[in-house]
Amino acid sequence: MEPTHKPGHFHGGLRLNYHKELSNQNAIVAGKAQSRYVVPVQQHIGAPGEIIVETGQRVLKGQMLTRPKKLISAPVHAPVSGMIVDIGKHAVPHPSGMPADCIVIENDFQEEWVERTPVGDHYNQMNSHELRNIVRDAGIVGLGGAVFPAAIKQTETNIHTLIINGVECEPYITCDDRLMRERAREILSGADIIAHIIKARECVIAIEDNKPEAIAALQAAADEDGTGFFSVQSIPTIYPSGSEKQLITLLTGKEVPINGLPADIDVLCQNVGTAYAIHKAVYDDEPLISRIVTFTGKGIKQPQNLEVLIGTSIADCAAQCGGYSDDASCLIMGGPMMGYTLSSDQLPVVKACNCLLVTTSDEIHPANTEAHLPCIRCGRCVDVCPAKLLPQQIYWYASTHNFERATEYHLFDCIECGCCSYVCPSQIPLVQYYRSAKSEIWTLEAERKKSNHARERHEARERRLQQQKREREENLRKKREMLNKKKGEPAESEIDQKKAAIEAALARVKQKKESLSVAPKNVDHLSADQERQIKEADQRRRANGKESDE
Amino acid sequence: MLTIVIILLAVVAAVFGVLLGYSAIRFKVEGDPVVDKIDSILPQTQCGQCGYAGCRPYAEAIAKGEADINQCPPGGQTVIIELSELLGVEPKPLNAEHGEVKEAKTVVVIDEQLCIGCTLCIQACPVDAIVGAAKQMHTVIASECTGCNLCIPPCPVDCIYIVPVEQNINNWQWPAPDGGHAAPKKT
Repeated sequence: MEPTHKPGHFHGGLRLNYHKELSNQNAIVAGKAQSRYVVPVQQHIGAPGEIIVETGQRVLKGQMLTRPKKLISAPVHAPVSGMIVDIGKHAVPHPSGMPADCIVIENDFQEEWVERTPVGDHYNQMNSHELRNIVRDAGIVGLGGAVFPAAIKQTETNIHTLIINGVECEPYITCDDRLMRERAREILSGADIIAHIIKARECVIAIEDNKPEAIAALQAAADEDGTGFFSVQSIPTIYPSGSEKQLITLLTGKEVPINGLPADIDVLCQNVGTAYAIHKAVYDDEPLISRIVTFTGKGIKQPQNLEVLIGTSIADCAAQCGGYSDDASCLIMGGPMMGYTLSSDQLPVVKACNCLLVTTSDEIHPANTEAHLPCIRCGRCVDVCPAKLLPQQIYWYASTHNFERATEYHLFDCIECGCCSYVCPSQIPLVQYYRSAKSEIWTLEAERKKSNHARERHEARERRLQQQKREREENLRKKREMLNKKKGEPAESEIDQKKAAIEAALARVKQKKESLSVAPKNVDHLSADQERQIKEADQRRRANGKESDE
Repeated sequence: MLTIVIILLAVVAAVFGVLLGYSAIRFKVEGDPVVDKIDSILPQTQCGQCGYAGCRPYAEAIAKGEADINQCPPGGQTVIIELSELLGVEPKPLNAEHGEVKEAKTVVVIDEQLCIGCTLCIQACPVDAIVGAAKQMHTVIASECTGCNLCIPPCPVDCIYIVPVEQNINNWQWPAPDGGHAAPKKT
């Protein structure tokens, strides 16, 4: 095995036919204004934002339509001024072909912008936090295709090396190539802003050596800058050198650790398109409402790069490119290696849309979904895998639903570049197996979380019911006691107390009586005369008592 | 000589007895770990279709050997296989007496026009997924509903319906290719 820890090399990869000349000959053309724009709410990795507009409301160009609710999220903005005619489910470009929440805007062709307050050169005096907020509020996501919110990536500061990725290694795609040729200065400006946010000490712009014009343009811009901060690096044309981890290995010789981030090895990687979008956000206060899309392939009459507003219908763009040729057979979003086919062209352009490839049947064979031949364990996929995985082994475990073993073989380090499927002599759709296994593992994980949550809730409920039962019993007991007291049947303990008290009182009275009562004296041996006198005295006393009573 | 041996053995036995007695107290495991493991495999719908008052009672019954491993319709074959692996027994098909495997995940919804606010469904819900109060409209928190359908029988006005969980781009799964010579699927 070749040593991999040296700059200028990563394991595996392929040399492909690029077909870039189809679309990179002409300058970027602005997309024609359309009457209707369909803006999907979620165009990024992470949680969708909260919709802050309503149907029937007039919005201005660049106005925020959704506000991010969670940390990993990005807003979307109105691409034109006009009326919101619908908020609801519409078809979006997604491999599932399912509809998703969209905001539909009817263009009023006024081109009326929201109030803009560009920061301009003043960004030098702003701190990282303020600049990150600008990037976040502008809805900027990674435009290389992964659409991860850029501001989240730029959270880590004191990163040594900022890599601006202008590699564009997939065949057919030329949007970054044209952007670099035509707007090199703006890209460097955007790179400088990112470098300011993350406090980078150097900035490397990496471009594959099959794009000499782009290299020359950026080199000229870097020379013009003259600070020596930017260096333009030409790298060999090997697919997938534009993949973040592979590019970092290629340039620095370091490898991003498993389950780690480039920041762990002091590197941040951003696409040239992202840098350009950040330049526009800072210098024009323009959110991400447009992007450059490569319309290419033999199935389209005039392949070219269009700068279109997000939400433009793909069909309208295709019409601007002269329409489809007669033998067009397949519409692919993204490149031929990693892209997926779209079932219709009545879909909006989204932030992830770097390329729309219309192929003819002789150009690219559609993905082989029918019966494939068995794996003969030839090991060619191992030779080409840029992530240094064992694709045949992962395939074996993924196809038998042995996800635990597949994960142990680092299924999640697969970058889905498609090299293994490309070289497989049995034409096994390996990447499709990996994608399916990954999403199934995510689903199982989500289900496990949900069932744990249900268990917690069930147990909490049981505890609560027990507690309530105990409290009820306690209350009942107390109540019964109260009732008994009212009826004059005091509780036993009280009866005991009272009895004791009564007895004590009786005893006291008895004692007192004994001590106080004066018994009649000298009543023994009385004569008849004496007895008569006593009687008389008693009668008098009684009569006196009666008189005094009256 | 014999007495010495007997005394020695008695002393050894006593020492070990004390040691074991001490460890039984010192290293006592709270709860039954097997029950916990079985419970973690069960889907926690708390539906009671197995014949027990929830997933944990069923797990306890399995651990005691009172219940079979094929009585959980929401878990289906996946749960049966996992249980058979854990307990080292042969997997078997689901016992049809306890119900059938659901095709797709479902939740319930309350028709708010018909609800009379009797709170019977609230009392039936094992995971507190229904909110409402007496003579007030009730509603189901869809994200908390396990799809056990226990709230349906008590409802006096039949205003609770079963609906499948909505598929969207966030819970969508890449389909597996139907490969001709793919390795056999684990069943």
